[in-house]
Amino acid sequence: MSETRELVREAAERLFEKHCGAETLRRADGGEFPQVLWRALTDAGYTAALVPESAGGAGLEMSDALSLLVSAGRHAVPAPLAETMLAGWLLSSANLAVPDGPLTVAPVREGGNAGDTLIARRDGAAWRIDGTARRVPWARQCGTIAVLAESGGENLVALVAAADCEIRDGHNLAGEPRDDLVFVGSKSLLAGVSPISTAGLRALGAVMRSAQIAGALQSVLETSVQYARERVQFGRPIGRFQAIQQNLAVLAGQAAAATAAAEAAIEAAPQALDSPAVAAAKIRAGEAAGIGAAIAHQVHGAIGFTQEHRLHYLTRRLWSWRDEFGNEAYWARRLGGEVAAAGADRLWHSITAVG
Amino acid sequence: MARIENLGFAAPPPFADGEVLRAEVRAFLAEHLPRRASTRGVGSWGGHDRDFSRKMGARGWIGMTWPRRYGGHERSALERYVVLEEMLAAGAPVTGHWVADRQSGPLLLRVGTEAQKQAILPRIAAGECAFCIGMSEPDSGSDLASVRTRAAPVAGGFRVNGTKLWTSNAHCSEYMILLARTGEAGEQRHGGLTQFLVDLKATQGIAIRPVHNLAGEHHFNEVVFQDVFLPAANVLGEVGSGWQQVTSELAFERSGPERFLSSFSLLVELTRALGADPSERARIALGRVVAHIITLRRLSRSVAGMLQAGANPAQQAALVKDLGTTLEQEIPEIARQLLDAEPDRASAQDFVTVLAHTMMNAPSFSIRGGTREILRGMIARGLGLR
Repeated sequence: MSETRELVREAAERLFEKHCGAETLRRADGGEFPQVLWRALTDAGYTAALVPESAGGAGLEMSDALSLLVSAGRHAVPAPLAETMLAGWLLSSANLAVPDGPLTVAPVREGGNAGDTLIARRDGAAWRIDGTARRVPWARQCGTIAVLAESGGENLVALVAAADCEIRDGHNLAGEPRDDLVFVGSKSLLAGVSPISTAGLRALGAVMRSAQIAGALQSVLETSVQYARERVQFGRPIGRFQAIQQNLAVLAGQAAAATAAAEAAIEAAPQALDSPAVAAAKIRAGEAAGIGAAIAHQVHGAIGFTQEHRLHYLTRRLWSWRDEFGNEAYWARRLGGEVAAAGADRLWHSITAVG
Repeated sequence: MARIENLGFAAPPPFADGEVLRAEVRAFLAEHLPRRASTRGVGSWGGHDRDFSRKMGARGWIGMTWPRRYGGHERSALERYVVLEEMLAAGAPVTGHWVADRQSGPLLLRVGTEAQKQAILPRIAAGECAFCIGMSEPDSGSDLASVRTRAAPVAGGFRVNGTKLWTSNAHCSEYMILLARTGEAGEQRHGGLTQFLVDLKATQGIAIRPVHNLAGEHHFNEVVFQDVFLPAANVLGEVGSGWQQVTSELAFERSGPERFLSSFSLLVELTRALGADPSERARIALGRVVAHIITLRRLSRSVAGMLQAGANPAQQAALVKDLGTTLEQEIPEIARQLLDAEPDRASAQDFVTVLAHTMMNAPSFSIRGGTREILRGMIARGLGLR
């Protein structure tokens, strides 16, 4: 890890430890937006981490900015940090000013028959957006939404007021807002053409979720190891039993694999969002999320299955994040299709090309 | 909550020059390994081919990191890693020098006498000298500290009696590094062990008998020592330091690319048999395995980087081997669900023969070099649970 990234991570850890405690998580779970945490994230420049310095951003390297999300995942940060970073990146790519406050992006799900393709048409100096975007993270708590729409074969980025679209409330398993948005002639506040496609947007979203999963798994491992050291049954800490030790070793392997996969994608993303490292990260981290959460719950027993215990803040996010911005099957289908098309004799080349 | 630092993985060191070397290795393989990998590569180190080892030696690809004065080439661990993974991915017959290059040579460099190093290292680097590992015994598998083979001090050296078992390739090796008991174990059970350099071709009293594996192949051997005299000059390292020497050797044994590429030949043949436009189910399965390999390769290169930097990533190495062998064993199970074929070693179809060989070798992947359970115990130690 570079020195800058180490420093960024250490600072982030301190911030999250201070502002993302059990009470914040509990209140956010009840639907309350964590204002104090959000102010701290904004003051630290994290929300604008992917906005260029010239446009008022933090001026971080993209990889360093993305690695913040590993720390955010470790603390189950219950706020649209990744989404606001993503929106800032998208708006900046079209040379648009990035507004203050929490932001999100649309669409986040695959287009096609289910219809998450948003269409832009010109209306004087502004643009009108039509279409439906499902499961948009945190939409109801964001004042504005960075929309990536199609316009005559070009990618148009438009900033739309949340008040100008219909919002149908939904939630992921962690209780985080995942709202369906219906745009009916919704008017752009700002708009510009961008080189970023919906595939690129989904890819960076996938890198972010992989990073968050990796962080959450690190925390899940630490919590589980700690519990196994403290919980006494049959006269000794359950961590003394080989059966528990072997399971925790498997969990450690899954956490390490998710972290390595996410870090590879974090390094690859600034050069190429279509790198196999991006697909590999979401596939590997997504698989680790399920295995890791299951072991953590098994180790914790009944107490870990309650609302009082903090484990669920992590595991419910793991169960949600792995299916967002494309699940394992979605990315594996793409990656598998690519290596099959390249052919058996290029298989090893495809793997080593990732670096 | 305390962060778990023991199991941290550093980012693999950047290595831009590796691609030049990689191209050289691929050109070499295209010339010297024209036939498709097929069954030779199963188990990733299944083939013993002295000619091939000599050719690799001539290219400077054995003992790559060793000092020049011992026949080495003073290249980096990462350059060596490139050569290893290219050889394995191609299913090259590297058995003839693998053990010597990976652990016996480095052990000699660390603890050998000047005479031992000069006599042996240049021969290994030339691809002329194969080593086998004399650790396991009939009653000592995972519990290595319980070895009973005894080396009793006599005038001028030691007299060895005992039996080694599961000794891979003893029948085609020039040397064994023998772990034997020279004193009392002590309370920690780890004392009184000593390593010896044994010339298998020139030493009287050694009987090597084949133990065929379930596939009918001969890799394993039973090696019986009956009143074998070993001169004192054949002690490797310190008398009584065998345990420390052996455990440091194992970190090198556990994290290399051979711990996740054993079934790679099958994956290649599966990809070939599926064709350029496979079913959605096949794409998903293939994509998942490739994602695992990309990740394992990063973890494995991370350990190589930590070894290069002088760290002792024994627990990380155990973790990589556990993850890697789990995937290696999964690959034949995945492959057989994607294509309707019955495994048959005598088939004319490459996929079918490689499937058969891989399936029958797969149980060994999580036994050799430390069983899965032992490795997970080491990881648990890294987590502070034992």
